[in-house]
Amino acid sequence: MNWLKYALKRILMLIPVIISVTFILFLILSLAPGDVARMVLGQDATEEQVAQLNHEMGLDRPLLIRYLRYMRDALRLDFGRSWTGNFDVLAEFSHRLPYTLLVSFLAIIFATGVGIPLGIASAIKQYSLLDYGSTFMVMLLFSMPAFWLGTMCQLLFCLTLHWLPVSGITNWKNFILPPLILGANTLASMIRMSRTSMLDVIRMDYIRTARAKGGSRRYVTRHHAIRNSLIPVVTQIGISFAGTIGGAVVTENIFAIPGIGTLLINAVKSRDVPVVMGTVIFITIIVGVINLIVDLICALVDPRIDLAS
Amino acid sequence: MAIFKKKTKKPLSEYSTGELILFRFKKNKLAMIGVAMFMFVTIMILIAPLIRPYSMVIKQDIVHRLNPPSKEHIFGTDELGRDLLARILYGGRISLFCSLAIIGIAFVTGAIIGGTAGFFGGKVDTILMRIVDMLMSVPSALLAMAIITALGNGVWKLVLALSIGQIARFARMVRSSVLTLRNREYIEAAKCFGSSSWRIIMKHILPNGIGPIIVSATLTLGAVILSISSMGYLGLGVASPTPEWGTIISENKVNIQYFPYLGVIPGICIMLTVMSVNFIGDGLRDAFDPKSKR
Repeated sequence: MNWLKYALKRILMLIPVIISVTFILFLILSLAPGDVARMVLGQDATEEQVAQLNHEMGLDRPLLIRYLRYMRDALRLDFGRSWTGNFDVLAEFSHRLPYTLLVSFLAIIFATGVGIPLGIASAIKQYSLLDYGSTFMVMLLFSMPAFWLGTMCQLLFCLTLHWLPVSGITNWKNFILPPLILGANTLASMIRMSRTSMLDVIRMDYIRTARAKGGSRRYVTRHHAIRNSLIPVVTQIGISFAGTIGGAVVTENIFAIPGIGTLLINAVKSRDVPVVMGTVIFITIIVGVINLIVDLICALVDPRIDLAS
Repeated sequence: MAIFKKKTKKPLSEYSTGELILFRFKKNKLAMIGVAMFMFVTIMILIAPLIRPYSMVIKQDIVHRLNPPSKEHIFGTDELGRDLLARILYGGRISLFCSLAIIGIAFVTGAIIGGTAGFFGGKVDTILMRIVDMLMSVPSALLAMAIITALGNGVWKLVLALSIGQIARFARMVRSSVLTLRNREYIEAAKCFGSSSWRIIMKHILPNGIGPIIVSATLTLGAVILSISSMGYLGLGVASPTPEWGTIISENKVNIQYFPYLGVIPGICIMLTVMSVNFIGDGLRDAFDPKSKR
């Protein structure tokens, strides 16, 4: 019951966040200079046509009125049309979202699936070759730009060895390299987090108690240490999801995946305000919801988290 | 002889906290490697005009296009016959100075917002922190892209866009460190002595709370260098022909398959610079808080 109350409170707290984020974005994007109607219609349009279109798009109104209108339309799931491409923002977004989500989820699965065991193993065998190797890998991955790693892997695996296709989405093989590149940074933080957390836990008194009571090293590690060390790591998964979605922009660009990243980049380059606005709002909501789910799971699993505060 | 004269050693208790931090930092080998690497990069960038004149950055030489590394062109030439070494040297100026500017802006603004909120508390705190929370809820890469949409391309616009995304982090950090220090006894003592708020902040809160913030700023610097080059790669940052490390890789994208040095060399430059900054950051963290060391 307590948990349900907490969940409801957290869900309700998302609403002011969404409203304020849309307002900030609206404010920032309204700074965009230039005559939008002129841009859409081209240089040959007459002054009347430009004024007409400005009126139709509501751009001749004050900022606050435009914002309220935008929010009213948004509640009806109308996020406007693109200024340059003549498509509906929401339709295009939902059409492209599956690709981005697929690559992002695969990336997170790769990062956690490899990172957590590796981090825990290098904590258990601290100062071993494995530990030094994984620490070195973390340092490398943290220092490498993702686009460079992607380009180099493309050069090696696709263009030189011909193991994988270079780009596109036609084959399941297209979805091997992008998640690995996208997950590289998260992998590094997963290894580091789970190693640190595990090292904290195995120095705890209750681990010594469990060993003193006769539990084998293996049993204590498995049943006492690993479970407790995973709590901060699980929270980290939610946080790194925001970074993963941001990184998807770069990865999709390298591998020509028609996800929301490529949509966003093209929109930013052509200063297509409705598309940028819609895309950033949707991503913020998705990231917020995923963080919320992770927090709720943590609250459900870990009874020590104080739900009242 | 003077060289062999042994330094008289002070007992450990006579060292000031600052001296101890410096001592621990100097003992950290990785951190010293980081310092050496970072100094090397900085010096190379600063003396760039002595190595290659700026004219070589933009001078096109179609006869010598796509020359692999040689005596004349140590890093080779690109598609337009421009010397890659010159482009990397002058590109490093933009990459490094912009990232320092971004950290500087975010640090100062964040410290003012967070410090005000933490020190005065109450309504000021609530309002400022709500704004910070709002900024935090948008992923920083996306916030930067929205700002670039509004302002357009350009070096200073990029600096502004990326620094706004970092302000919130610094504001939160400064606030929480001010909050923990605010109720310490020595602050109360200073208040009883009649010190002004300004004096308390500058003399007591700043020196005691700055450590973790410097560490975080150094570690963020590496991430910022990466963001600048990513923006350059995506074509949202510094635009060609102005060189910047990410932009250099991006403009050579089509030729990397047959002339890999065009991608490998700038990438390694980015990696080594970021790595050196991260080494320094890790070293500072361990020096400020020796308990955190593993």
